[in-house]
Amino acid sequence: MKLAYWMYAGPAHIGTLRVASSFKNVHAIMHAPLGDDYFNVMRSMLGRERDFTPVTASIVDRHVLARGSQEKVVGNIVHRDKQERPDLIVLTPTCTSSILQEDLQNFVDRASAVSDSDVILADVNHYRVNELQAADRTLEQVVRHYLDKARRMENLNLSLTDKPSVNIIGIFTLGFHNQHDCRELKRLLQDLGIGINEVIPEGGFVEDLYQLPKAWFNLVPYRETGLMTAIYLEKEFGMPYISRTPMGVLDIANCIRQIQKHINTWAPCLLDEGVNYETYIDDQTRFVSQAAWFSRSIDCQNLTGKKAVVFGDATHAASITKILACEMGIRVSCAGTYCKHDEEWFKERVRNFCDEILVTDDHTEVGDVIARVEPSAIFGTQMERHIGKRLDIPCGVISSPVHIQNFPLGYRPFLGYEGTNQIADLVYNSFTLGMEDHLLEIFGGHDTKEVITKSLSTDMGLTWDYESQSELNKIPGFVRGRVKRNTEKFARQNGITRITAEVMYAAKEALNA
Amino acid sequence: MSIEISETLTFECETGNYHTFCPISCVAWLYQKIEDSFFLVVGTKTCGYFLQNALGVMIFAEPRYAMAELEEGDISAQLNDYQELKRLCVQVKEARNPSVIIWIGTCTTEIVKMDLEGMAPKLETDIGIPIVVARANGLDYAFTQGEDTVLAAMAHRCPDQELLLGKEQKIEDKLIKNEFFISSKSDTSNKIPLVLFGSLPSTVASQLGSELKRQSINVSGWLPAQRYTDLPVLGNGVYVCGVNPFLSRTATTLMRRRKCKLIGAPFPIGPDGTRAWIEKICLVFGVRAQGLEEREQQVWGNLKNYIDLVRNKSVFFMGDNLLEISLARFLIRCGMIVYEIGIPYMDKRYQAAELEFLRTTCKKMRVPMPRIVEKPDNYSQIQRIRELQPDLAITGMAHANPLEARGISTKWSVEFTFAQIHGFVNAKDILELVTRPLRRNNSLENSNWTDLVRTK
Repeated sequence: MKLAYWMYAGPAHIGTLRVASSFKNVHAIMHAPLGDDYFNVMRSMLGRERDFTPVTASIVDRHVLARGSQEKVVGNIVHRDKQERPDLIVLTPTCTSSILQEDLQNFVDRASAVSDSDVILADVNHYRVNELQAADRTLEQVVRHYLDKARRMENLNLSLTDKPSVNIIGIFTLGFHNQHDCRELKRLLQDLGIGINEVIPEGGFVEDLYQLPKAWFNLVPYRETGLMTAIYLEKEFGMPYISRTPMGVLDIANCIRQIQKHINTWAPCLLDEGVNYETYIDDQTRFVSQAAWFSRSIDCQNLTGKKAVVFGDATHAASITKILACEMGIRVSCAGTYCKHDEEWFKERVRNFCDEILVTDDHTEVGDVIARVEPSAIFGTQMERHIGKRLDIPCGVISSPVHIQNFPLGYRPFLGYEGTNQIADLVYNSFTLGMEDHLLEIFGGHDTKEVITKSLSTDMGLTWDYESQSELNKIPGFVRGRVKRNTEKFARQNGITRITAEVMYAAKEALNA
Repeated sequence: MSIEISETLTFECETGNYHTFCPISCVAWLYQKIEDSFFLVVGTKTCGYFLQNALGVMIFAEPRYAMAELEEGDISAQLNDYQELKRLCVQVKEARNPSVIIWIGTCTTEIVKMDLEGMAPKLETDIGIPIVVARANGLDYAFTQGEDTVLAAMAHRCPDQELLLGKEQKIEDKLIKNEFFISSKSDTSNKIPLVLFGSLPSTVASQLGSELKRQSINVSGWLPAQRYTDLPVLGNGVYVCGVNPFLSRTATTLMRRRKCKLIGAPFPIGPDGTRAWIEKICLVFGVRAQGLEEREQQVWGNLKNYIDLVRNKSVFFMGDNLLEISLARFLIRCGMIVYEIGIPYMDKRYQAAELEFLRTTCKKMRVPMPRIVEKPDNYSQIQRIRELQPDLAITGMAHANPLEARGISTKWSVEFTFAQIHGFVNAKDILELVTRPLRRNNSLENSNWTDLVRTK
């Protein structure tokens, strides 16, 4: 047992449901007790979906415990088949059903014998994988199911498209800015003269999956979801894939060069000549994206060496760390992720761009690091935003888990060249504006609020005299806490109990030395 | 228009495939109500995920609840449940030092048959903090019934009148301590103790207390009280009365196990309900109710603007929180037409007075009796909503946006659980909620885009 207040990644069935409900005309049936269909609320509220979420529960209640749920599950599948005529029904186990150890596969077999829809059982273990891993696995399972089916029916389409084309794998419902990213990726690929073969799972039809192998290559923008599918397609059909996330000007260029490489393996024989994207990259980087210019502008100069902490899923945390360190000159004191299953990759990616690496799914540990480091800004999830609020440190949200405000109506991609602009705005606006910062320091701040004692400060046994109090009040709010703590630390180290203005100055001097 | 008025209410029962909150959500309001408590939900990641998403920002405010998250070793009994729970409870004790720890049993603890009730007394003596066990799981209960299981468990912990007998003074102290308004003993007409049950925000509780006080009836205690250490004295001869329609287990426990006398009354929701509730209590205590009719009329008068908005509008309750009967009864009295009352579970005995009140209200307002659908099937309900096109559907959040996109105005039912809706004072709040979508419609009158779904 574990005492837990909060978690970064949800339970496995959420991942399965996110993938299933992203496809069109796919219905998921959860084998779950009453109240476990909270996913519908999230999709309807956070995603502001207009359509009914195609997820229903086959309720596990006392009767089911006594008699088994075979009749009920099969009945529900058959009903759903008649009512909605979905292409596919995904029976989704939950933590409850995995303890019951009923033979769900058997129910699926029986139901598929009598229903027109395809029926599969999501193959996820609740106690071993989390939401993201389950999503990855379910997507692969669905793709595999339909490619196997196509192979059996002998309508697998293995000929490449005439023009270069790509599958975008892993855009799905409730994903962090996924819709905007998808639009931006399509624009980027269109610029490169690459057709979109299929986008899965969001908005895709399972009946079209047999066409996946027609694409020249696969693009997996987020490593959490889609990698398994891409690896499967590579193994089975020799399709190459790119998993470099096109976030930030450096990695976009990286990603485009990889695309170029893959296209040029076929281009000489299928097109007449190879492609060269270097001028495109150069033009976009220098003139379309404002990010490269921004990092040279004097605004960004003021951010040089400022401290930041980054935390989020592996994809976003790694990319943002690189952007901050390599594109903006910000010092990343700590970069972290809650994707413990991807620890190796994450460490490898951020090793050279930060002072410290943190891999944990315990939010209190993250909070402690932030309190210790005292960065000027945090880039994290909603949880870090709240930690920031408590410590009076601004936070930009860069990754799930998220709230409704992270499902903006306006166009806010994180990927592609427009994404670089959005990220630059987010980073810049999170730090206290440069000139304001200077003025505050020169004039001793414009707020004369009483010193707020922070819970993190341990000022036991220390008294501040009137003079030092008012001196402290002159220090701008956002650094006041740090000065206070440093002074107190200094006082304790030197056995001083009464803090005067002199002690403050001495502390400052000792620190600068 | 001639309306055929049937004399009796009809009850139906569907498949039970409906959306509602898991009953563990009761920790959200109970931990705030019982200030010195700590709620430990013994369950899986699924439970935790629900709580953290459903309770939103509360999570960040260092709440006094946590998950005891079961891992694979717990499920396969490789770990000793007792030792594990002890370890966590000691941690909780050190960090928060609560006066009581409430274990919320979940579906998982039911299925693996974890003996929480058996372990609690032993651990209680081991660590020196009372441990109350409530099985608020989704196998057996819906949403607000979670509170019912907690209060039923807590009823066993209330001090016993018998044990205090002979220490008369002590009881008196206790009675006076729990009163909301300090009063001299002389103006308390009832010597018989009255305990109200149901968790309400303290302001609402004191409002109801003072309404009774006006009738010279003293409330001697509440289950739950603001603090666990202030639980009311129970026993033979104590009268109890519920303030919420979902407390049938608590009522049963109070009657059967604590030998209390239950006052069966409609619930104090809406001015009509509040008046009927007070009158019933007065009747039991042999007090002649005074000034209630004027008070009710005055409240109706204040609600006139809202009532003009809702009159003759139709409403459909999909059902998820058991407040439905009382709310429907109030809305019918406001002049609305109720097509259907969906409800997760219908205790016809505990709600008898409320059901009878609904029937008479329908007759009085000359509207057809609504159909009451227990364990509804959301899929069929949506078909019925499409046919009936009600002016308002009161529904869970899973269906609200999709219905709005199809031109059906909705109100989220969850808000009725968290808003203050009891007593004369708060009748306005109910109508504030009910009319919000209608007022929104009025203010968007000039925009004709009400149907926002692409037809295939």
